[in-house]
Amino acid sequence: MPAAPLLIKRESKLGELIIKMFTYPFMLRAFCVGSLVALCAALLGVTLVLKRYSMIGDGLSHVGFGAMAIATAMNAAPLAVAIPVVIAASILLLRLTESSKINGDAAVALISTSALAVGVLVISMSTGMNTDVYNYLFGSILSMTEQDVLLTVLTSAAVLVLFILFYNRIFAVTFDETFARATGMNTGLYNTVISVLTALVIVVGMRMMGSLLISSLVVFPAVTSMRVCRTFRSVMICAAVVSVVCLNVGLTISYLYAVPTGASIVLCNMAAFALFCALGYIVPQVRERLQSSGKTI
Amino acid sequence: MPAMRMSMSLIRCENLSFAYDGVTVLRDVNFSVEDGDYLLIIGENGAGKSTLMKGLLGLKKPAAGSVEFGEGLTSTQIGYLPQQTQVQKDFPASVSEVVLSGCLSGMGLWPFYGKTEKAAQSMEVLEITDLKDQCYRDLSGGQQQRVLLARALCATRKLILLDEPVAGLDPLVTVNMYKLIDRINKEMGITVIMVSHDMQAAANYATHILHLGEDRQLFFGTVREYRHSASYHKFMGGENAVRIWRKGSDNEETRRYHAGRAAADKEGE
Repeated sequence: MPAAPLLIKRESKLGELIIKMFTYPFMLRAFCVGSLVALCAALLGVTLVLKRYSMIGDGLSHVGFGAMAIATAMNAAPLAVAIPVVIAASILLLRLTESSKINGDAAVALISTSALAVGVLVISMSTGMNTDVYNYLFGSILSMTEQDVLLTVLTSAAVLVLFILFYNRIFAVTFDETFARATGMNTGLYNTVISVLTALVIVVGMRMMGSLLISSLVVFPAVTSMRVCRTFRSVMICAAVVSVVCLNVGLTISYLYAVPTGASIVLCNMAAFALFCALGYIVPQVRERLQSSGKTI
Repeated sequence: MPAMRMSMSLIRCENLSFAYDGVTVLRDVNFSVEDGDYLLIIGENGAGKSTLMKGLLGLKKPAAGSVEFGEGLTSTQIGYLPQQTQVQKDFPASVSEVVLSGCLSGMGLWPFYGKTEKAAQSMEVLEITDLKDQCYRDLSGGQQQRVLLARALCATRKLILLDEPVAGLDPLVTVNMYKLIDRINKEMGITVIMVSHDMQAAANYATHILHLGEDRQLFFGTVREYRHSASYHKFMGGENAVRIWRKGSDNEETRRYHAGRAAADKEGE
């Protein structure tokens, strides 16, 4: 029986590798920070996707790229520059969309390409394309500092607390803004809070996922869980779980096969989406069959 | 004692005007709504119905004139049934989640729902209790409208404002919807203000009519008065005209229509 020992050997090798993975402090940091970012991005993502603001994450990450390029050229701390700039951009986007002078998607395209153009110009005039720039675009778990970890923990705590406290109001604003405003809710305030938090999550997540891929953390979990879940609460919970699981699996794969982190996380999200699409097709049929058999019995 | 009567009205609008970017879209609207009334607001597209609704809800500031609310009512305590948006049609939410969101205005700053009897009661009235765990997007158009109406009931004690509540519903569902609204008005004693295109059916239930045309008020009064008014004949004439012209003959009906139309025009001037 040569097959069985081989299997055990391979399994133990995989286990060893995974255990070894956690002994590296940068990996441990990546798992903690990544899970927190994934959790927050998923929660905010449900609201953004339902409000038809899916591309806002993409737009803001390009703004973040521009800001980081400028910060590098000026030798400033990247996050210290990026955070206020991206928050300002997100509020500007919201205002542009609300005043409906420019369509929401057009506004996102305008702002994101402008920021990207500024970033590219600044880079070509200062450092040129180097590893730092590559990391901003495609992400790197090695580039995360202690400061990033602290900031992520604080941001995530803020997102979670606000979500729990304002859960019902966020639902009302997402489902029907006009009704919410007519019944005396300050919808402008809630929209601003949501866009500021989105900006923070995007900036923090960018270091790991890269500015080109971070918006997948916002959009994928929400869309995935909507394939199967049928209430707002379950969509939220499911999106959070899917997002964190996909991030951890993706991170592990990226470590084991030495592939870019952001890309492998996005591919995991894609796999989860395919799985949930299939489930969304099967579950209603099973439910119907169960109901009809229940009636005949 | 006119001052006394003024404070008795649930809503009183005086010389109300609205403008967008300096262009007046509605001017000099005067009407009042008493407790228990059923007011129907009619008018063609662009007559300013939606603008007036926004004004009553406090979403749009009047350019001139005033909206006064009676005792125990503010613009945020109006139960509002908006027209459905594209976003809502495929929104993943259960019926009870949607209905409960109507209770938010009564919660102040407290973050969680406390008592939910009001939501349960509203769902009972609108016969959607057995749907409460269903997904909103799986419901039929009529069921969705009833869910939104239940939410509106949660947000008010006195007055509901309905924006085209039967738009896109088939005839049978429309009749049921009107009956439900009538029950809310008669049995629960809730005042109803409704915007509708469907003049004929709605007028069977309404007590008062407000007719808006172009950018001004053409008529305000009881349904009985309205049937004898010029604007009624003009409005109905407009609908009948298609039928008459299709016949293409110079019969009694056509002559009466043209006579009525001429009289209405004269009155309008």
